[in-house]
Parts: sequence; C-alpha cells; structure tokens
Amino acid sequence: MGVKSLAMSVKDSISQKLNEAFAPESLDVADESYLHEGHAGHRPGGETHFRIHIVSRAFEGKSRVERHRMINTLLAAELAGPIHALAIRATVPGEPGS
Amino acid sequence: MSIKDTIESELKSSDVVLFMKGTPQFPQCGFSGQVVQILDHIGVGYKGLNVLENPELRDGIKTYSNWPTIPQLYVKGEFVGGCDIVREMFQAGELQKLLGDKGITLNTPASA
Repeated sequence: MGVKSLAMSVKDSISQKLNEAFAPESLDVADESYLHEGHAGHRPGGETHFRIHIVSRAFEGKSRVERHRMINTLLAAELAGPIHALAIRATVPGEPGS
Repeated sequence: MSIKDTIESELKSSDVVLFMKGTPQFPQCGFSGQVVQILDHIGVGYKGLNVLENPELRDGIKTYSNWPTIPQLYVKGEFVGGCDIVREMFQAGELQKLLGDKGITLNTPASA
C-alpha cells in the first residue's frame, strides 16, 4: 500500500461523513480508481473514482434521485474537488440489493 | 439564448434526451456508455447531447438539474437520473414502465 499521508484520505473522509450523516447499517466505500488508469480524470495515486454502497433507514420513503441528492449534497466539496466519478447504491434495510 | 433556454428547448423538442460525454455512437465515458447500451437495448429513440463539445452545456445541465454528474437522462422534460439510477430502474423493469406510462414507444421487446 505504501506510506499513507498524515492527512485523511478522500476515502476516509467520505466514510466519516456518510457515517455521521446517515448512521448506516452497512457502508462500503471502494476506491475504484485503479480501474480507470489512463482514462479521463484518473490521477496517479488514485482517489478519483469511488463506489459507495450504503444501507440506511435515512433513505426510507425517498426516491432514488432524492437519495443520491442527499449524498451528493453531503459530499459536495469532494465532488467539486478530488472526486472525478462517484457510483452510488443507496438502499433501505430489506430492500432488494441491500 | 441562455444555456437554460437552450436546455429547455432541447427537452421540449425530444421525448427522451441524454446529456452525455461523447455521442451514442462513440461514448467517451464508461458511465455514459452504460446508459447508451441500456437505451439501445430497450429500443427507445433518444437524442444524445455531447457535453464535451460545449463546456457551457456541461456546467449548465448540472445547474439545471442540481445534479453534479454526467450522464443525465430526461424523459418528457423530467430528470430521471444518472447512470446508477438508470441501471437500477432498467434492472427492476421500472425504466421500461416509466417510458410506457409516458406514452413513448419502444421499438424492440425488452426480451430481445
């Protein structure tokens, strides 16, 4: 993995914000930047392409677009900065794919 | 004409509009390419608008929909979602139902 910088990684920052905002039952944040080497938006060191799978009761009664907007708003700073692409799967416990 | 007017005029002139990177023939981003594949698979006609050719459109559509990423799919002027949402809806059969409910004809059966 190499030496980690003392500053919080983008991945840790995403995880922390999602945990604080949505108290998820499960959360998986994957850095998929390595899949996009040589592709637009990729930078050496990764942390540009992320995939989030979050299961939380906070999404109960919300449409797919609303759920994504909740996450996009929370991560607005990251989306405006280091993140080039963010894939989101946001479900409520018990929903298909949870 | 402001970029908002341009967007609204595009959304009025076509029932299904995809704001994407590249063109339906040559998508230049994997996420845009996935939506193209899904739309082609279910056989719906659509207009693809390449935001890479127009930086003003690229920013404008994000503001218009309050959605930070491309691609963006619109049906009858309404924002449906980006790549993840379109794929989830397709897999659940909801995208086909939405298009049908809006009176949009699909050219090939979904099982094809």
